Amino acid sequence: MAIVTLVESINLALGRALAEDPEVVVMGEDVGVNGGVFRATVGLQQRFGKLRVQDTPLAEGLIAGMAVGMASQGMKPVAEIQFMGFIYPALDQIANHMVRLRNRTRGRLTCPVVIRMPHGGGIHAPEHHSESLEVLLCHHAGLRVVCPTSPARAYGLLLAAIRDPDPVIFLEPTRLYRMARQDVLDDGQALALDQAFVQREGDDVTLVTWGAMIHETMRAADLLLQEKISCEVIDLTSLSPIDHDTILDSVAHTGRLVIVHEAARNAGLGAEIAATVAEHALYDLLAPIERVTGYDTVMPYFALERAYIPSVERIVDAVRNTLRG
Amino acid sequence: VKTIAEFAIGYEQMLAADGSPVGELPAFARDGAELVRMYRMMVLCRLFDAKAINLQRTGRLGTYAPCTGHEATHVGVGAAMRPGDVLCPVYREYGTQLWRGVTLTEILTYWAGDENGTNFKVPRGDFPWCVPIGSQSPHAAGVAMAFKIRKQPHCAVAYIGDGGTSQGAFHEAVNAAGAQRLPAVFVVVNNGWAISVPAAEQTAAQTFAQKGLGNGVPGVQVDGNDMIGVRAVMEAALARARAGEGPTVVEAVTYRLSDHTTADDASRYRPAGELEAAWKLEPLLRTRRYLESRKLWDDAQESALRADCTRQIEAAVLAYQNRPAAHTDSMFDHLFARPPAGLAAQKRLARRFGTGKQQES
Repeated sequence: MAIVTLVESINLALGRALAEDPEVVVMGEDVGVNGGVFRATVGLQQRFGKLRVQDTPLAEGLIAGMAVGMASQGMKPVAEIQFMGFIYPALDQIANHMVRLRNRTRGRLTCPVVIRMPHGGGIHAPEHHSESLEVLLCHHAGLRVVCPTSPARAYGLLLAAIRDPDPVIFLEPTRLYRMARQDVLDDGQALALDQAFVQREGDDVTLVTWGAMIHETMRAADLLLQEKISCEVIDLTSLSPIDHDTILDSVAHTGRLVIVHEAARNAGLGAEIAATVAEHALYDLLAPIERVTGYDTVMPYFALERAYIPSVERIVDAVRNTLRG
Repeated sequence: VKTIAEFAIGYEQMLAADGSPVGELPAFARDGAELVRMYRMMVLCRLFDAKAINLQRTGRLGTYAPCTGHEATHVGVGAAMRPGDVLCPVYREYGTQLWRGVTLTEILTYWAGDENGTNFKVPRGDFPWCVPIGSQSPHAAGVAMAFKIRKQPHCAVAYIGDGGTSQGAFHEAVNAAGAQRLPAVFVVVNNGWAISVPAAEQTAAQTFAQKGLGNGVPGVQVDGNDMIGVRAVMEAALARARAGEGPTVVEAVTYRLSDHTTADDASRYRPAGELEAAWKLEPLLRTRRYLESRKLWDDAQESALRADCTRQIEAAVLAYQNRPAAHTDSMFDHLFARPPAGLAAQKRLARRFGTGKQQES
């Protein structure tokens, strides 16, 4: 057992993957001697050498495209995009090649790639360093999108992502990198992909969230409990595919649903969840579904980022709305 | 100001337009049977191209990208490569692909809108055709990186068009391959036109070969209608790559004697006379004349070859036309090794509503 932060657990998982499989290669900008700008890859180049933990030229499209080429020959690249705001140049390779290669060659060539990147704001970073752009990725078939919220889940899910035979986007909530510590056993045990976690059981309202918003959502649930309002909190974790069954089971029990996400509201993942619940569980609902999200503005410079990121108060307010009448 | 770096671009031609050898030919050219094998493949490509265009015009094939005019480049590159190498093509380099084992039936199947066409039985490691321009270049860098990490003696070869060199992905890939001395060769097929935009409007660069220089990668230009010159230049670039000395940009100067695709009409934009002039430089006739001058070829062999190619093509078309019809399940079955649970319902829905063929008329 080691008591580690989320970013340290990622380092443990990367070290484990590099040690157990010679086809695993960690690649990205500054991941080598510098150990990554968040130190997720610290010490790995010293352990595994400059080819297996390699600094790439500074071009995100190249990183994704080279990962496709390496993976097509059976290697397992684990690429880092330094911040999610820099994902755009890589989208061409992800959408046009990475997610399609298996399908268009009928399985002849595959893409067992993981692309890791910090996700979300709240750390007073310069502009373009705080984006929550998961919907850009969730729209593409052939791709899994995972977002862990704790050191233990980050460890187990990253190993699962690396061992998966298809591409996985691994979103690391920047705000949680060093927020909490947890005992993590570096035993190489992976967690199952495609599954949500019921973070807390409850009876009155279902709260669905992911990434760093788990923090504000749990605090809201704590506050509401003092008023005897019992919230069931679901950590979605798998953003694509969405584990709708876990959500529907919960809504069948509580009859109320509040979706909390940091990303903008318009065409956000909350809309997909709300629509699915409306399709399958409309008559379970005792109140309209509420969404608590980032605003339909661009992510502001950090002076206003806390105004943009849904607050505990906004979540509490939305839960109360579902209980009115 | 003093000069701190100097660069030069070489030009290679070994077979002039009239079929006469230019200077001393490389060692492989002494093997007459090998030259004949290359010539036969060029003729197969030319005749196949005509057949594919005909199939498209008569509603039996989707949009098709012809290769007429490019045969010497494509076959020269293919003949220089080894089976363990990996090709990252654009979408008209059939000569290279056929040389490496892709079949005529697979090519037709792809252009008929059927993914089975990209599941090459041979060579299993080659990339399928790449439509988003330039995006295949980083794949070659990645494949080459895999070879380097595994210490395999193979090379990655990426094609790109003259227009494609304007893409950032091309420069990113050449730069990365140079920085890491990767075993890769980037072949720029300068056929004069990027659909309707002539090469002279694409760039101020005097050559496309020099597009590597800014990235620290040497370049060489070759007469792309000269199969011996192309093969020689490629063999040198591949040998250099295999020796760990890094990538090369090879520019093959040829001409697109066809439209861009069957959906294009080049007469809308190409100046009068240019096409006719280009036909005087095309690769097949010069090769035949050279082979005849060495007594390796004659009219009877030419007739027999054409008849043989036609038989091969007809057999391929028959196999293509008799292939199984696409099933809606195939949209779902190859997305993932382990499909997410939710896809099953959509797969059933697609089955229920079928292929939609009955709605087309």
